[in-house]
Amino acid sequence: MASRPKRRAAQGERQRSSLHTGFLAHASFAWLKVAILVSLTSLVSYFLVDVAPRHNGGSWYGYTLGTIGALLIVWLALLGIRKRAMTRGAWSLKAWTSAHVYLGLSLAVIGTLHSGFQLGWNVHTLSWSLMMLVIVSGIWGITVYSMLPSALSNNRDERTQAQMLDDIRGIDRQLHEAAQPLNADDAAIVRGSLDQDPFAGSTWSRLSGRYKDCATASALGAVRIHTGPRHDSGHDPMEKIDVLLTRKLAALGRLRRHLKLKALLEVWLYIHVPMTFALIAALTAHIVSVFFYW
Amino acid sequence: MSEVLDIIIVGSGPAGLSAAGRAAGRGLSYILLEKTDHLSDTIYKYQKGKHIMATPVQLELRSDVDFDAGKRETILDRWSEQGGALAIAYDVDVSAIAGAQGDFTVTAADGRSWRGKHIVLAIGTQGNPNRLAVPGADLPHVQYQLNDPTEYVDEHITVVGGGDAGIENALGLASDAAQGNVVTILNRDAGFIRAKGPNVAALMELAGQGRITPKTETSPSAVEQGWITLQTRDGEERIRCDRIIARLGSAPPRGFVESCGVEFTGPDREAFPKLSPTFETTAQGIFVIGALAGYPLIKHCMNQGYDVVEFIAGNTDLKPVDEKLLSARFADLPGNHSVDHWLDFIGSRVSIFEDVSPLQLREFMLDSDVRSYRGGGVVFERNDTGSSLFAIADGHVVVEVDANDSTRTIAIETGTIFGEVGLISGRRRGATIRAGSDAILVEMSRAAALKLMASVPGAKRAITRISLERQLLQMFGSGLKAEDLTEALDSAEIVPIPAGQHVITEGDDGDDIFVVRQGSMVVEKQIGGKSVFLSYLPAGSYVGEMAVIAGGARTATVKAAVKSEVVKVSGAAFRKILATKPDLATRMRGDMAARQDLNSFIEGRKESFSSAVELYSETAKFLVDKGIGEATDVLLIDETLCVACDNCEKACADSHEGLSRLDREAGATFAHIHVPTSCRHCEHPHCMSDCPPNAIHRGPDGEVFIDDTCIGCGNCQRYCPYGVIRMDAAPPKKPSLLSWLFLGAGPGPGEPTKKWIKANTPEGIEVPKKAIKCDMCSGISGGPACVRACPTGAAIRVSPEAFLSVARLTQDDD
Repeated sequence: MASRPKRRAAQGERQRSSLHTGFLAHASFAWLKVAILVSLTSLVSYFLVDVAPRHNGGSWYGYTLGTIGALLIVWLALLGIRKRAMTRGAWSLKAWTSAHVYLGLSLAVIGTLHSGFQLGWNVHTLSWSLMMLVIVSGIWGITVYSMLPSALSNNRDERTQAQMLDDIRGIDRQLHEAAQPLNADDAAIVRGSLDQDPFAGSTWSRLSGRYKDCATASALGAVRIHTGPRHDSGHDPMEKIDVLLTRKLAALGRLRRHLKLKALLEVWLYIHVPMTFALIAALTAHIVSVFFYW
Repeated sequence: MSEVLDIIIVGSGPAGLSAAGRAAGRGLSYILLEKTDHLSDTIYKYQKGKHIMATPVQLELRSDVDFDAGKRETILDRWSEQGGALAIAYDVDVSAIAGAQGDFTVTAADGRSWRGKHIVLAIGTQGNPNRLAVPGADLPHVQYQLNDPTEYVDEHITVVGGGDAGIENALGLASDAAQGNVVTILNRDAGFIRAKGPNVAALMELAGQGRITPKTETSPSAVEQGWITLQTRDGEERIRCDRIIARLGSAPPRGFVESCGVEFTGPDREAFPKLSPTFETTAQGIFVIGALAGYPLIKHCMNQGYDVVEFIAGNTDLKPVDEKLLSARFADLPGNHSVDHWLDFIGSRVSIFEDVSPLQLREFMLDSDVRSYRGGGVVFERNDTGSSLFAIADGHVVVEVDANDSTRTIAIETGTIFGEVGLISGRRRGATIRAGSDAILVEMSRAAALKLMASVPGAKRAITRISLERQLLQMFGSGLKAEDLTEALDSAEIVPIPAGQHVITEGDDGDDIFVVRQGSMVVEKQIGGKSVFLSYLPAGSYVGEMAVIAGGARTATVKAAVKSEVVKVSGAAFRKILATKPDLATRMRGDMAARQDLNSFIEGRKESFSSAVELYSETAKFLVDKGIGEATDVLLIDETLCVACDNCEKACADSHEGLSRLDREAGATFAHIHVPTSCRHCEHPHCMSDCPPNAIHRGPDGEVFIDDTCIGCGNCQRYCPYGVIRMDAAPPKKPSLLSWLFLGAGPGPGEPTKKWIKANTPEGIEVPKKAIKCDMCSGISGGPACVRACPTGAAIRVSPEAFLSVARLTQDDD
């Protein structure tokens, strides 16, 4: 309705990326197009170029692909520095990620064609395998990046991790108060839940979200034996404990799902990054040995 | 006491203390009266270890009492030491000042009294706590402050007052169950709406555990030993009560000052007492200095303490300490005249200074620049940044009204002002202005100009009328002249609109036109029984012209997105303008047609894409609710893309002295659009409202930033409704990224941990805490680091007009 002030439009506001696209669709999939072009060019030339006796890494064509691949690997690894070096200038990490993803995928084609499909038990094939491992873990990364963020957002429901912990501490304080009138045996059940660190649990529990030894769950089970069959009189302190433990279990459930999703968003990097370093080491051995035995 | 003292000084803050020091130095008879049992209560109440700055740096300190930047304790210790030699009476709560110059009587609440020839009021702006006004309120177990909540055990304590102070006291008393206190808190409203969210949440938690009993819509009606009688919604109730802590807020000292016969400049909250050049009020013999006189900085206060005693002692030739600074201001002007000449020249020629006292004018000149221009010289160019106000003291200037044709100009004459648009919005200059002849111009900073408007009602009226006239001219253009607007301006009134209130309601009659002067509006329409968000109107838009042109009932509802101000122009007056200006009528019909197209577009969509329209509408309403309505540039995070890597926070910290200015995780979310805790660069920044050193500005790209003169007082943090300002000290420098990557040196990217900061800060070095907020990475090429450093494209910065436009709807459908 009505007019917008013209002066705003006239303002020399900074160019900003208000275009709301993710890293995969960045710049209308420009890097996907580049990657497809690179892969197709490599494939077509592989069949057009006649190398005798057969395609191998040591031909002029093999060296060309190998050089491109090696440089690409170094550049792809530099994302780790680019991400952390907050230098000035008009660069965008989203564009880098986009290029990293698509060019990284095209590396599978370039590296494999470079091998001429000559695989064996040697340092050269080790490099190829590590490269493929890194690429596969990267695909896993793209998959979780595109699937999990909404789930993370839905689960936390505007709460921060610190607030989730505060919620649990708040319930703990109330549990502590409510347990005062209980006899020693019943109090011990509640204490089990209070004493357990909400972060306790194995790496597997963290990733799966399943906590077999959850003291709160077992405490609630024990309390239910008492409260379940009885009519809620409103005066039984155990009824209050029941309510509080149920709330705590729900709060723990949210925190655990939060930690699980965050862990799943990160865990692939624990393969992707160390394997990249291993790849660079193997690649160095591969290149040195090739030139040494030339 | 029968002796008549020369001077009675009330209040022992920097101003009062300095006055006492000078009175002692001059050998006058005096007494310094202090309400509490210590000096300078305002500074005493600062948090422990707070670093106090000595600004303005260029201003000389003229006082018998020492002061330099340093820790609160150091300063207070030094003052106590020097105060030991002065005549000070503590615990004197002055309740009345009677008499006239030559023989005043100052009476304290406890009955003591003093007689004096002159009174110096240096009582600051803190005020006195409001007292309980019920029978028995004077009993000794009724107190107005709680210093140490752990002092009381096994008592029935009633806290009166549901504000933050009351809740914090109640929480303190009940936090340790072992103390065994039975705590009740009374609030006369139905909810604890005046208090901060976290305080209310903590109160409710303790209430849930039965440790505090909150009673709402309840107030005390009588107090007796051991019991209190309450007036509740359901009738009277009497409960056990050994102690009452009343936290009822404080009354600003204005009422007391007025009761002494002192007049203020106006009815506004920001008004100050009317003062002569010697700080004398309208009540002869009573002088006002310091924060109460409108000078919040310690150095100003201390200088005034010295000056006022000199004036009282008859040294009327004393030049204020700023004389040197002022003469430097005027040094480049032609004619080599004295400071007094220029003050008189400017004060008498510029219309908005008509009601300004010489003392106020001095102050404004300190915050201003006075410059001479040769004819043709450029004052500022279109799209320059700047929020200052110019006044023409001599000569005239011309405005280039057409960006493409510098020969089309309008003249602005001597005595009037220009640049006033920046005052309201702090935005870029709308046109180039040149000196039309040799001219002398006064450039006032935004803060100085706002203070002028607050303290001199005449200046406010003049500036408002001029800015309104120009706003209308600029908005409607089409060859409109100031004369054409006279009738419209006479009929115009400025109406404040609280957030959510309707300016226009769909289906109503009425043909007034509204110009959004401050804040912003949203336009909604009832479609299929639901209100659908149509568009967003930032300040500077107009609305309501459809009824004027086409007649009929209003076709949509317009309501304030945030607290706003609109100018209401009568439809009849506007119709007359349209009748004489066919160009304007044509243009407005064009605007109207575009808007009708938009309406029918939305209505058409509603049938086929009703869920898309609904989601858009809901999202827009959510964003407006979250304060996007007053934002100019806001960081949003698309949570379908955010992988919680916090690289945005790390990048922010690494781009700005190691501290992050955004909290990614905190904040509201709707439909996966997350509004993190980060500055929105409001159109009318709340943080700017009371910055003692005037350190908050709007920069070239519209960013609101805090400069190095910040004194760390925390006002901006308290004023910001979005909690985006933090007070912190810059951490020590980190080792480089590569030495972290390869050698593991330092804490790595992002904000260092508290532990690392502590371990790496050299002993004995105290880094002052300053206010820190987003500056949109001003001065960093490439733009905001948070957006550049987001690996997935989840973080975006948008302006609300761009984001809340229906264009997005078509875009999303594609």
